[in-house]
Amino acid sequence: MGKMTLADLKAMRDDKKKEIDRRETDKAVTVIIGMGTCGIAAGAKATFDAMIAELNNCDVVDVVVKQTGCMGFCAVEPTVQVIANGMPATIYNRVSAEIGVRIVKEHIVGGKLVSEYVYDNPSKDILAD
Amino acid sequence: MAYKNFALVCAGTGCHSTDGQEIYDNLIASAEKHGVSGDVQVVKTGCFGFCEQGPIVKVLPEESFYVKVKATDAEEIIAEHIVKGRAVDRLLYKEPGSKTAGKIEDMGFYQKQLRIVLRNCGLINPENIEEYIAREGYQALGKVLTEMTPEDVINELKTSALRGRGGAGFPTWMKWNFTKQVDGVDKKFVVCNADEGDPGAYMDRSTLEGDPHSVIEAMAIAARTIGADQGYIYIRAEYPLAIERLEIAMKQAREFGLLGDGILGTDFNFDIEIRLGAGAFVCGEETALLASIEGERGIPRPRPPFPAVKGLWGRPTLINNVETLANIPMIILKGGEWFASIGTKDSKGTKVFALTGKINNSGLIEVPMGTTLREIIYDIGGGIPNGKKFKAVQSGGPSGGMLTAEHLDTPIDYAGLQALGSMMGSGGLIVMDEDDCIVDVVRFYLEFAVDESCGKCSPCRIGGRKLLNIVERMTAGTATEKDIQNIEDISDAMKKASLCGLGQTTPNPTLSLLRYFKDEMLAHVKDSTCPAGKCKDLVKYTIDAEKCIGCTLCARRCPVGCISGGKRELHVIDQDACIKCGECFTACKFDAVLKG
Repeated sequence: MGKMTLADLKAMRDDKKKEIDRRETDKAVTVIIGMGTCGIAAGAKATFDAMIAELNNCDVVDVVVKQTGCMGFCAVEPTVQVIANGMPATIYNRVSAEIGVRIVKEHIVGGKLVSEYVYDNPSKDILAD
Repeated sequence: MAYKNFALVCAGTGCHSTDGQEIYDNLIASAEKHGVSGDVQVVKTGCFGFCEQGPIVKVLPEESFYVKVKATDAEEIIAEHIVKGRAVDRLLYKEPGSKTAGKIEDMGFYQKQLRIVLRNCGLINPENIEEYIAREGYQALGKVLTEMTPEDVINELKTSALRGRGGAGFPTWMKWNFTKQVDGVDKKFVVCNADEGDPGAYMDRSTLEGDPHSVIEAMAIAARTIGADQGYIYIRAEYPLAIERLEIAMKQAREFGLLGDGILGTDFNFDIEIRLGAGAFVCGEETALLASIEGERGIPRPRPPFPAVKGLWGRPTLINNVETLANIPMIILKGGEWFASIGTKDSKGTKVFALTGKINNSGLIEVPMGTTLREIIYDIGGGIPNGKKFKAVQSGGPSGGMLTAEHLDTPIDYAGLQALGSMMGSGGLIVMDEDDCIVDVVRFYLEFAVDESCGKCSPCRIGGRKLLNIVERMTAGTATEKDIQNIEDISDAMKKASLCGLGQTTPNPTLSLLRYFKDEMLAHVKDSTCPAGKCKDLVKYTIDAEKCIGCTLCARRCPVGCISGGKRELHVIDQDACIKCGECFTACKFDAVLKG
């Protein structure tokens, strides 16, 4: 992408917005791992690696895994958000590598929430309204 | 087979209720009884931060939010909601004063938080500019460049009544206006103060790590408004991840033509450089920060001239804190009036707090100004761990003061905190419980301030040391009543005569001690005792001969092996060897170890 004009910027926003709202994504599952300093200190990198490995292992290709900053749950890091078709968008807390593997097996492949680790959204999205 | 419903049961440690497990078991049993085990998955969750209304059961995908659920209600939730698809109306949460249950998202009580600064943190990938753009990123800059004059921007900020979030709370529009008004100079600068140094505070770090572009965009808006073409971000080297993400963000912004020459196809040029600080607390003070950027020793200088007139290399310089800047794009996009509709009379918008210490859900929160301490600590923070009693919260770090249980219902805003002898500060909130000794906490803050004093002016350099000496004497039980009198005199001199905010605010924690914890302080001074049992010189552990049954547990736990006594014999602590760690006191199951 070269230098943009305002029109380019607006076009890119509209285009990417659909993707971020998952209205037009070709992936069935989005996994977002909190990787601020708090998440990384609590082991988010190991979780990230373990989840990618397990996704490969289970032969799930329809997934996008990405990182994000601190969601605010520093006491219960690492946090992982899973948005999968047909399932409620879910935030998990205290996701060690082991729990990350369980999330892939049970939630993404099996369509079951991983009990004991589900958390909740801190607040509504100010840009949504 | 896919589930149709999910029943989430709050089983967080913050919830005082112990019914979570029973509700969980009953929901599973009822689901089996009704033959719907395959339709609903019952799940245990962490704290929803809604503890006063707990226990809570949330049923998805309908988002029905059941509050104050009893174990006996489980059957009805399954039979009505899951089997018949009808929500159990009597258990649904209703907004006070309203008769109908709203959507979870709209519930005022549930959503204590409002995220303006943190709007993208935890949502977008901070290393991908396209995700920021998808969330209206750089649209505010586009608007400023094409539709607004610099005066329009300043008027919008004035309407918003945004005040500086770094601590002092100076009206942001005035700062921008002062810098803009200086004429006849060859250059102006925009500086972002990311030198976050309060112990326990990490709001700015998290913002930069989670949403670096919001700060870059705001700096470009500021530069356009005041007429600058060069910016600096002053950030401490202890924040490697924030620095890395800023660098990635700046590189991407340059590639996209959002930094550099001819931004968005206009004639506006602006670029940013990062300057690393070495972690001196005083460099968060604006004149010391500027000195450090210039390569000088980080020490403050007297003001005026203010940086708005004479800043970096003698040129007009606008300095804003990370959080202040992160608000700007939203104010431009949604308007000053929208921003001013949030918060209290003198404090608009939201404030980000780093909630730490003796609190269940420690973390990063953003709430509208005017939220009470009670809402922050109990509704969002989930209360104090292990059923301990709340004692105080330190707001504003080493520059702030203590707020006590009687202030729990005070709305938090600039004026409110100042009236209580505390300050907004940058946003660190450290919660203390009954086990914490306030004298000991004050000693910690004074030690920090003395370490970090740059030494340039004597009120701060000598006054801080003198205060620390007094408080150290208190923790050793050797302070006198004359010392208490001296605290007020020294503090007064420091507040009046110190060169910068560091020295002027160093006495605040000590004054808080005098104001709100006089009894606890007097116990240290007059009786040489520490009621909380934290000050090691004042606490002594002994074993009650009547109660000790000789179980040997304390002797085994003692890390220095200073407890003697065999099985079924009376144990004795060797006072000379004891390091007063309190392990024996916590270990004893028979209350035989006495603290005093």
